Amino acid sequence: MNLLIHMTKQAANAIGLLLAVLILNFCLIHLAPGDPALVIAGEMGGASADVIAALRVKYGLDQSLLHQLWTYMSKVVTGDFGYSYYFNEPVVNLIGQRVPATLYLVISALVLSIFIGTLLGVISARKPNGWLSQGVTVISLAGYAAPVFWTGLMLLLLFGSVWPILPVSGMSDVARPKSGLAHLVDVVQHLILPSITLALVFIAQYSRLARVNMIDALTADYVRTARAKGLPEFIVIGKHALRNTLIPIVTVAGLQFGHLFAGAVLVETVFSWPGMGRLVYESILRRDYPTLLAVLFFSAVLVMTANIITDLVYRLIDPRIRSGPR
Amino acid sequence: MSTMEAPRAREPSALPSRPAASPLAAMLRQFGRSPAGVIGAIVLLALVLITLLGPTFYGIDPLDLAGAPFTPPGADAWLGTDYLGRDILAGLIYGGRATLTVGGVAAVITIVIGVTVGALAGFFGGAVDTALVKLTEFFQILPSLLFAMVLVTLFGQTLTTITIAIGVVSWPTAARLTRAEFLRLRNLDFVKASRAAGAGNGHLILRVVLPNALPPIIVSATLAIGVAILFEGGLSFLGLGDPNTMSWGLMIGQNRNYVLDSWWTVTFPGAAIFIAVLAISLIGDGINDAINPRLRKRG
Repeated sequence: MNLLIHMTKQAANAIGLLLAVLILNFCLIHLAPGDPALVIAGEMGGASADVIAALRVKYGLDQSLLHQLWTYMSKVVTGDFGYSYYFNEPVVNLIGQRVPATLYLVISALVLSIFIGTLLGVISARKPNGWLSQGVTVISLAGYAAPVFWTGLMLLLLFGSVWPILPVSGMSDVARPKSGLAHLVDVVQHLILPSITLALVFIAQYSRLARVNMIDALTADYVRTARAKGLPEFIVIGKHALRNTLIPIVTVAGLQFGHLFAGAVLVETVFSWPGMGRLVYESILRRDYPTLLAVLFFSAVLVMTANIITDLVYRLIDPRIRSGPR
Repeated sequence: MSTMEAPRAREPSALPSRPAASPLAAMLRQFGRSPAGVIGAIVLLALVLITLLGPTFYGIDPLDLAGAPFTPPGADAWLGTDYLGRDILAGLIYGGRATLTVGGVAAVITIVIGVTVGALAGFFGGAVDTALVKLTEFFQILPSLLFAMVLVTLFGQTLTTITIAIGVVSWPTAARLTRAEFLRLRNLDFVKASRAAGAGNGHLILRVVLPNALPPIIVSATLAIGVAILFEGGLSFLGLGDPNTMSWGLMIGQNRNYVLDSWWTVTFPGAAIFIAVLAISLIGDGINDAINPRLRKRG
């Protein structure tokens, strides 16, 4: 019951924030220099004064701002995010086509970084002054400082010309289309480099976080108790200590979903991965405002969803939050 | 009183023999003991000097067509030329000015907005806090790089717009941090004492609470420079840089399509960003150690 009330509050909060994003989008378009009618005309490839006047009426640009905001919001609620003249398609379709590719990339990178990051952190925490531990510190510093698009380009150089064993562009082999399992293998092969590139940044952060928390956990009383009970070391670490190490990582990972998504925009551009990031890049190049703003909105939806999922997972891992008062 | 204290001061006690230094000086001294921090500071200083003094020793204009396109690194051009034949080393020198300036100024904007929002929220609490926390939350659900991209696309690709856009999207972290510090400090005795002595809210925020909240804010400000440099790089990489000003990100963005044929065009500018951000985060670590010596071993 408690959870239900909490989730309802969360949902209400989410809807409020998303409405605010829509208002922001609307304001941005109106604050930006240039008449929207001229912008639309520009997207269509130029138009005469008559056509521009007609556009003004068609899009309600002759109405009051509040009226226009209302029209915009009511359209969005029905799933109408406008029309992309460059792609010649409703924006919502464009985004629908691109979401899966981005989710493959983002989720695989997330899983990879949490898994490898935690593993590195846990191993290095066992000998805080050992060489592996020093290595983790170096990796985490380097991973933080290297621009993700540059790491991507360096991997592209390495696997594109020096040692060409992996595909470096696109999502599947266009020249030799495959089906069924072969297609899946093909896609996974294409996913390897983008996913590793994106994961590196976060492996750096999570390994550092995992190391610090694991060192703390290993000196905690409950670990000493577990050891005193005679439990094998892998249960002490794998079950007791790991749980408390994972909590901050899951929290940070969830909160950083926006960063992950932004990283995906850059990585997709490097490897021509056909996701939302690539769509952003193309819509920037073409000054395709409706698409750009819709992507901003949908990314906010993704971040919001990630936050809510994090909150749930957090409750799952940490029973204290589930039962106790907040 | 004084007769009691005088003999004690002469004893080789735990008390420092020097007059009590300011917290900032103490912090600096601690910072000097952190090898990572010192190395970071030296590297960053070197980078700044290269971008400032470089043109005196290396007289090639970064936008000039200095040689044949795609000249590999060698005697003709130390670090090679790009797809138009512009000198990469000159680009690094002049581009560093733009990149480091954007980083520094954007970090200042980030910290000013973040600290203002966080301080007001944490100090006043109540409805002000609720409203400002909502505002912060709102900015946090927008992926910051994407938001910056939208701002630059809409308001024009100039260095000024880029700098402001980076500042405007990056402040929530600083705001949350400052708010937490203010919440922690605002009910402590020294604040209550100042209030009782008649200090106004402005004085309390700026002169009483803020100085005590500074250490983590300074760390956050340092890291913000690194983040801003990475953002400038990312924006320029996506074609949203200022086309009239050479910057490290712009060099990568403009040359990335030729990376397979001319590795040097993107490798060197990327390495420059990497080194700068690395130096800055080392400095951040050094300051952090200086503030929390207790945590040093865990880092």
